Amino acid sequence: QGGGSAVIDMENMDDTSGSSFEDMGEMHQRMKEEEEEEAEGEAGAGEEEDGEFLGMKGLRGQLGRQVADQMWQGGKRQASRAFSLYANIDILRPYFDVEPVQVRARLLESMIPVKMINFPQKIAGELYGPLMLVFTLVAILLHGMKTSDTIIREGTLMGTAIGTCFGYWLGVSSFMYFLAYLCNAQITMVQMLSLLGYGLFGHCITLFVTYNIHFHSLFYVFWLVVGGLSTLRMVAVLVSRTVGHTQRLILCGTLAALHMLFLLYLHFAYHKVVEGILDTLEGPNMPPFQRVARDIPVVSNAVLNTTAKAIALTL
Amino acid sequence: FPGLADVSISQDIPVEGEITVPVGSHSPDEDYSTLDEPVKDTIMRDLKAVGKKFVHVMYPRKSSALLRDWDLWGPLVLCVSLALMLQGGSADSKDDGGPQFAEVFVIIWFGAVVITLNSKLLGGTISFFQSLCVLGYCVMPLTVAMLVCRLVLLAGAGTVSFIIRLIVVGAMFAWSTLGEFWLWGGCEGCAAPRFLADSQPPNRKALVVYPIFLFYFVISWMILTFTPQ
Repeated sequence: QGGGSAVIDMENMDDTSGSSFEDMGEMHQRMKEEEEEEAEGEAGAGEEEDGEFLGMKGLRGQLGRQVADQMWQGGKRQASRAFSLYANIDILRPYFDVEPVQVRARLLESMIPVKMINFPQKIAGELYGPLMLVFTLVAILLHGMKTSDTIIREGTLMGTAIGTCFGYWLGVSSFMYFLAYLCNAQITMVQMLSLLGYGLFGHCITLFVTYNIHFHSLFYVFWLVVGGLSTLRMVAVLVSRTVGHTQRLILCGTLAALHMLFLLYLHFAYHKVVEGILDTLEGPNMPPFQRVARDIPVVSNAVLNTTAKAIALTL
Repeated sequence: FPGLADVSISQDIPVEGEITVPVGSHSPDEDYSTLDEPVKDTIMRDLKAVGKKFVHVMYPRKSSALLRDWDLWGPLVLCVSLALMLQGGSADSKDDGGPQFAEVFVIIWFGAVVITLNSKLLGGTISFFQSLCVLGYCVMPLTVAMLVCRLVLLAGAGTVSFIIRLIVVGAMFAWSTLGEFWLWGGCEGCAAPRFLADSQPPNRKALVVYPIFLFYFVISWMILTFTPQ
């Protein structure tokens, strides 16, 4: 114990000026753990200063240094604890461990419904693909909003796009995970996030095509076929991991409804502005695709109108 | 210090003499010496560093100076100038371009952070701020494209101007993305030198490049669809 404090005392003897803080930092970066504890143990160096206060010139500096030393230690320890707790991205590292071929394979698989529902299907718990798909959807949505001249008053276009897509991905995943927990389905949160994320691939394709080619009937075809395929895949995977008819029905019904309705919402929320402008401008001279929409039977026309009105009301 | 730990000296003997403790690093000395220089020298030195990096982005050469001494001044200047130029393009005149500035700013910085995190999670060895520095500097071709677009739009907003703007923005977007690609790990197909051979495991480059491509695509899209009111 004496050796430790004597070392510290000796080197601070002549030096009363300069910043003690940095000196302390430098020193302790080189010393080992037990020497730091010894320095702490000598808090205040009580014995020396009582006896030799009047005699030693540098002792006040030495006391200051000890205090600065304590503060440095305490602060550094707290900061490194907080950092290792919150800024440790290594927790997420295993979920990003993929190869490009795997990502491509999973993207294509997300459109192919599985046939075997009596055997639990494997879901890869990977977050790279879903995250990139969500960002791609944000970019496509931004494009759609710009082309439809959407005006957002309180907020920004980008904020709305990011909020919608991430909100859907995270919110619906959490809700489905909760339902899966209630229905005793064998699925983890990461797997749910991954499944729903890859299901957004269908949405990306549909919206990319229909934001550029404004045919209503084309959108409905894409909605049913592409949206339907990706929903069927997700539903089949979930069904294979759930036991019991009621539970399967609840889970799959909810997921199918939410997934398809989201695609419908994304199309109509940013599309009807264009439709409204065209209606007022064109009048009796309708462009061809408007006439095609009019030729479909009255029932689906009524469905179209009521859907658009319902969505307009909810917005 | 470890050598002196077991020296035992009884406490009633006054200890005299000179002990020179080696100061840890040489940077305190350098700080003190640069603290006394005139402000003009400091500013000129920083400006020269920023200017050198701009030249590196416009004419990529075999040098890793862009990555070794990172600084965020250049990206900040580019981001602010791009955001200022993109203002005034909103459809609603009451908004005064307020959201546009914040949008661009947030997109660039949030996007850069996400790309950096993604590349670190995929096993890259580049540090956080170095990556932000590279991404920010590679926005420069797009800023130049924005300037050109604004000038072209002064002349008129017809189909010809749209085609010109499309070509210019497309070329600058390709330049940005290629510059990024080179700086991130070399280009297999072309003869360009590898700037950072070890920054990324080779087979995962596509996974890292895709978000960068998306990022510059979104910025290029914002530039292309800009119409002043």
